Amino acid sequence: MGKKVGMEVSLAIAEAAKMANTDVVAAYPITPQTHIVERLAELVASGELDAEYIPVESEHSAMSACLGSVATGARTFTATAGQGLELMHEVLYVASAMRLPVIMAVANRALSSPLNVWGDQSDLMAVRDTGWIQIICENGQEAYDHTLCAFRIGEDKRVLLPVMVHVDGFYLTHVIEPIEIPQQDKVDAFLPPFSYPLPLDPDKPLTMGAFAPPILFSETKKAQEVNLRASMSVILENWAEFAKVFGRQYKPIEQYKTDGAKILLLTLGSFGETAMAAVDKLRGEGKSVGLLKLRLWRPFPFEALRQAVREAELLIVVDRALSFGGPGGPAFSEIRSALYSEKNRPRILGFVGGLGGRDLMVAEFEGMVKRALEMEPSGAEQEFEMYGVRE
Amino acid sequence: MDSKKAEAEFTWKDLEIGCIVTEPGSTQYYRTGDWRSQVPQYTFTRCIKCGVCALYCPEGCISPNADGNFQADVFWCKGCGICARECPTGVISMVDEEE
Repeated sequence: MGKKVGMEVSLAIAEAAKMANTDVVAAYPITPQTHIVERLAELVASGELDAEYIPVESEHSAMSACLGSVATGARTFTATAGQGLELMHEVLYVASAMRLPVIMAVANRALSSPLNVWGDQSDLMAVRDTGWIQIICENGQEAYDHTLCAFRIGEDKRVLLPVMVHVDGFYLTHVIEPIEIPQQDKVDAFLPPFSYPLPLDPDKPLTMGAFAPPILFSETKKAQEVNLRASMSVILENWAEFAKVFGRQYKPIEQYKTDGAKILLLTLGSFGETAMAAVDKLRGEGKSVGLLKLRLWRPFPFEALRQAVREAELLIVVDRALSFGGPGGPAFSEIRSALYSEKNRPRILGFVGGLGGRDLMVAEFEGMVKRALEMEPSGAEQEFEMYGVRE
Repeated sequence: MDSKKAEAEFTWKDLEIGCIVTEPGSTQYYRTGDWRSQVPQYTFTRCIKCGVCALYCPEGCISPNADGNFQADVFWCKGCGICARECPTGVISMVDEEE
């Protein structure tokens, strides 16, 4: 058995990268990710982690250096947040298209302007279509576990894709939680050494990231799409293996008190912990409420979602990001779209709240359920609302 | 990835992971000549075999032919006309591709 210790979640993520025997870290510090990379810099400086730490001059360079690193076959980790994720945006597409499994923790943060360093998922939603596998964590244990799993999933020869592990900035990164840190030999047994099939090697020259004219480009994108979708089964297989070794089973959509629930809340990330308390309270009042927690954002778990909402009459999606002038919350929009072709689907309503570090407490989640029940009969004009905004 | 295969023959399943090209120098199989709107026409009786055209060619596609006269390989020649401009004896004139 591993040891349960009180640890800041950022340090637990750094610990996971260390125990994965990361070879290279290239990162630029940014709030609220800073503690993750500071800790890794310390571990490398003290010799506890035998790795190269590249102190780059920007996030664009951080991700670029990571690509070069993975291309040589080195296990590579980085972390960023908010504006930093945006600054590396164009390089994110290159990582996935070139099939270079960079593993990255993202401390989710609001995007300027106004300047705001606090937690929200605007950054997460802005990188939706970059072709990365994206896993969303709810608490500190998950942050450790999924960082470890991300290496095994991304580096799997059937996958070879970069993986983002999302943790809510401050809500997770800066809190101290009881986290079970497994023994190193167990981690070593779970995570095989990284072996990139076509690494950069002077003895076997090859070209990476070459030009593709119009007559080839669509074929490259189709290959990428098929590959990302096919990663679903490998992700599930790896999570099953993780459960065997470490005793915690993860699913693309986690369910809480959903049995027979007519009303379902759906959250992403640390909202889930608060929403569980709200569900307990509402259940105590005899309301038929349950909770779904979306863990896997890409590839999107269509089938798991359809199964999870089969018996529900009302689905309330809570987003921590806003698609301006569009359908409201990005997750709300995707979930509604994923269920559109279902004959029996719940009515789907969305709330956007908790932006830029605004806390949503248990009472607010209760309030959203009550508000949704008021909105429910009023038709398509009111399918989403920004919650908790002063009028 | 078999780079000798014509691009139009590749399906998405034929691509190497991340579209890595495993064969060095394979761009020689890439026909850039079809970008051309003009093509060089030669009056070799004026050629003094100095090779200035080959030095200036941005494609590096000019070399001596069997008679030792310098000539562009139209598989790669993009029709830029630099050779025609630089040739000291006026061997080369650029004519529209259609003609």
